[in-house]
Amino acid sequence: MAALTDLGIAAIRDGVRDGAFTAREVAEQFVARVAAARPLNAFITETPEHALAAADAADKARAAGTLAPLSGVPIGMKDLFCTAGVRSTAASAMLGDFVPPYESTVSEKLWAAGAGMLGKLNLDQFAMGSSNETSAFGNVVSPWRRNDGGNAALTPGGSSGGSAAAVAARLCPAATGTDTGGSIRQPAAFTGISGIKPTYGRCSRWGIVAFASSLDQAGAMARDVRDCALMLQAMSGFDPKDATSLDLPVPDWEAGLSADLRGKRVGIPREYRVDDMPAEIDALWRQGAAWLKDAGAEVVEVSLPHTRYALPAYYIVAPAEASSNLARYDGVRYGLRDLPEGAGLQDMYAATRAAGFGAEVKRRILIGTYVLSAGFYDAYYTQAQKIRALIARDFEQAWASCDLLLTPTAPSAAFALGERSADPIAMYLNDVFTVPSSLAGLPAMSVPGGLDGQGLPLGLQLIGRPLDEQTVLNAGLAIEARAGFGERPSDWW
Amino acid sequence: MSVDTATVRRIAGLARIAVSDAEAEAMVPELNNILGWIEQLGEVDTSGVTPMTAVIANTLRLRDDVVTDGDVRDAVLANAPQAEHGFFAVPKVIE
Amino acid sequence: MTTSSYRIQGATGEWEVVIGLEVHAQITSNAKLFSGAATAFGAEPNTQVSLVDAAMPGMLPVPNRECIRQAVRTGMAIEAEINRWSRFDRKNYFYADLPQGYQISQLYHPLVGEGSIAIEPAEGEEKVVGIERIHVEQDAGKLMHDQHPTRSYVDLNRSGVALMEIVSRPDMRSPAEAGAYVRKLRSILRYVGSCDGNMEEGSMRADVNVSVRRPGEEFGTRTETKNVNSVRFVMAAIEHEARRQVDVLESGGRIVQETRLFDPDRGETRSMRSKEDAHDYRYFPDPDLLPLELDEAFIAECRASLPELPDTKRARYRDVLGITAYNAAVLTAEVETARWFERLLAACGDRVTPKAASNWVISDLFGALHRIGKDIDASPVGPEQGAELLALVADGTLSGTLAKQVFEIMLETGDDPAKIVAERGMKQTSDTGAIDAVIADVLTANADKVAQYRDGKEALFGFFVGQTMKAMAGKANPQVVNAQLKKALG
Ligand SMILES: [Mg+2]
Ligand SMILES: [Zn+2]
Repeated sequence: MAALTDLGIAAIRDGVRDGAFTAREVAEQFVARVAAARPLNAFITETPEHALAAADAADKARAAGTLAPLSGVPIGMKDLFCTAGVRSTAASAMLGDFVPPYESTVSEKLWAAGAGMLGKLNLDQFAMGSSNETSAFGNVVSPWRRNDGGNAALTPGGSSGGSAAAVAARLCPAATGTDTGGSIRQPAAFTGISGIKPTYGRCSRWGIVAFASSLDQAGAMARDVRDCALMLQAMSGFDPKDATSLDLPVPDWEAGLSADLRGKRVGIPREYRVDDMPAEIDALWRQGAAWLKDAGAEVVEVSLPHTRYALPAYYIVAPAEASSNLARYDGVRYGLRDLPEGAGLQDMYAATRAAGFGAEVKRRILIGTYVLSAGFYDAYYTQAQKIRALIARDFEQAWASCDLLLTPTAPSAAFALGERSADPIAMYLNDVFTVPSSLAGLPAMSVPGGLDGQGLPLGLQLIGRPLDEQTVLNAGLAIEARAGFGERPSDWW
Repeated sequence: MSVDTATVRRIAGLARIAVSDAEAEAMVPELNNILGWIEQLGEVDTSGVTPMTAVIANTLRLRDDVVTDGDVRDAVLANAPQAEHGFFAVPKVIE
Repeated sequence: MTTSSYRIQGATGEWEVVIGLEVHAQITSNAKLFSGAATAFGAEPNTQVSLVDAAMPGMLPVPNRECIRQAVRTGMAIEAEINRWSRFDRKNYFYADLPQGYQISQLYHPLVGEGSIAIEPAEGEEKVVGIERIHVEQDAGKLMHDQHPTRSYVDLNRSGVALMEIVSRPDMRSPAEAGAYVRKLRSILRYVGSCDGNMEEGSMRADVNVSVRRPGEEFGTRTETKNVNSVRFVMAAIEHEARRQVDVLESGGRIVQETRLFDPDRGETRSMRSKEDAHDYRYFPDPDLLPLELDEAFIAECRASLPELPDTKRARYRDVLGITAYNAAVLTAEVETARWFERLLAACGDRVTPKAASNWVISDLFGALHRIGKDIDASPVGPEQGAELLALVADGTLSGTLAKQVFEIMLETGDDPAKIVAERGMKQTSDTGAIDAVIADVLTANADKVAQYRDGKEALFGFFVGQTMKAMAGKANPQVVNAQLKKALG
């Protein structure tokens, strides 16, 4: 029998339904493959028992004729989602032993849809990072290697780096991600998989460790567009426990999939053509436009004049929100406590937070604290939120002349671990193409477009109107069909 | 606007993150670098622009006044570094 | 604004005290402001805590409609601006009773804007105190310091309970005015039903801002004394703090803007070291919540559900019902009293004048309640029974004296007045034949006094009335007795 681990969500779902194999067989093969891939460090916690129990339930459901949409599909869960009874760390020493007595809404929905969990996936600490190097549990190693014969360990991207690496390495058919400024799309691009961040408010944030509340959004990472649609469909939906949740029905995105883009206009934002863009990226972007044209779309140039201010605005808003969201990690009610001999309460806080947070988290908390502090609030935070409004307005104006936007996902292919850690701003620039749509809460997706000269995947980003995930997915499908991206990393580990 | 060691200490104090002298020193250029970079926002004329309040058009929903939660003390205290007699315990606070 | 004559006599002259109050009032609701946990007072530690209140990772706030509604109604009761668009902000600071590391409050866009409250201090003139704003915010948990030698204990039952912070202008100039303000505010809140006003249980507490100045000069530097939990303590804290500030200033010192604590045992305020930390709360809009937008239907329901408020009620009692100003003030001061009195009036119908009813409540009923130590809500005599008693007086069945006796029996037995009168034969008589017979006996037995009376010692008339009433066991109609005596004494 062919390896069941080569199958995606739809194929597993259909195979279980049709009796081609059992859910148990699927789960066992993935569990074994997860265990064999530990050198990638994609998982912080493996939960084979969860995946196997869900598989057994799926096999029973099949017998009883009560299969759910994801019955028999074992997935990976980014360790930013709180899972009841399973350690949930946010890749931080602060929550190293934290076992939530509650289940996030998104994971709850996935279990209700029949999915099982192979484990909790590594990430940048508190989702802050673009390379997975800020995890307190060690960085994830990308399954991809350059074709130069060297064995340089590459980044899978971040923050959903564990999710990306695990899907790319066939450790799970799909995984949850979260995206604050590109944390689903950039790692998806780096590892040659697909990833979608829906409209802000589609997925409940309840039970997801918060980074920046006005930007955080859960999404799906999988090997193809159809699987992303299926997975996202199961994750989305109104949640009365999240005041920013959208009270709207979830469309049947899978049923709506169509690579026929006739009548759609694709905007190419001129300001995304940055000066030092590598030629290969630029070429892929042009290729992407050609593919969409081939699928029937009209390609138009549009302008998003405030694009260059998106990243600095993001690096005010996100750290500001984070500095406040992370204040709860104080060693009083859960998580790490560092109580030096004779320390008072406030000393305990300072010691606990110094010990529990990694360098990047501290850096962002300090930036966030600074920009909110007395005398600076208006110059930084208020100004950033005004610019955010201008960025949102740019997009709105663009929708007058197009239905979706096509851009590269990231300004480069995956880089080597350690290569950019010395310069925070160089690292932040990874998100230059993904951040604007995050600031505006728009649905956006990355799909693989091809390989660069070093044999590393490159991604194309599609950005849609609010709530128009369908057009984003359809354009992704059109690119997927034409790019014919079949490459996968070899099992070198 | 640029920060010095004293500012780093003050900010770290506000954020309750203990920093050694060496760490504070090291953070000065790092933070200045980032702050210098984000300051380019000052170039944008935002007069008359309302700061963003809702990312996606949506209104605040209100909940009914019904007791639906609580009475879960074990869950509340389950992860506590120190819990005694149903309370969280912390080093003594002098008010 | 009228000027208060309250002055502190210092060694170098007179000082005026300037007072502003921030009152935190717990909003009456079943569930907390942002979670579904209960708000009831006195539960076992950490049992009324949801994972949201404990600020577990990933937990999110969802506001309680009733808390917003009650704050809006309160705003309407003080004729304040109601802001159709408001927003929650985070106030960031670290403390063990603050699980999120921030309090969700409203700084930039409060729910309720400017309003005012009229007060009448016991000493001093009526005045209007400006209200700057009312905002809605979360309460913190509770820290217990006396249960363990080296640890403090944290109870989060109060964490997340809804509060209104009612911020006055610095319009008060004496402890008496501040006391009157707190009492009046408490009365309004209880009328509206937005807060039970129970200061002992902490449902209402005041942050007292005090400064002193030479009369007519600029405001001085103020201090804020936190969480003062009774009217008496508010007044004592002001008195002490103003005196302290005068002493500091007169000995050449400067007032430090600081947070202080009132010690009720010593009757003094002291600096709170734990809060000395530089205040930089880094307020910003809570990104977990969208702006709060109120529609007209919501506003209309809030307005329609407002009861008659104490000032209006009092004016109506006085001007429409003809009740004395003093009685009207007393009867409307507390919502329970007014409610009881209005049930009494309803039961009286037009058999008794409101004025007579008000007199009876204030003298007889209040006297009795005070004696037996009960609140009006727990009165052993209900308003319907009271009305029956008053009707018996009004129709001449009972004299005032008899009515008092019947009321005493009602208090003891709980019986209806008609039953008591019937069973005990306590009916007043106006039968002139019976009264004349008794008068004849009294005059015969006191022939000497009759002679003195007729010689001009008219003061003896009262003596004859008393003797007659006594002989008739108080059941004679006093008007008839008077008239018949006049005749008999010629
Ligand atoms: Mg205050
Ligand atoms: Zn307050």
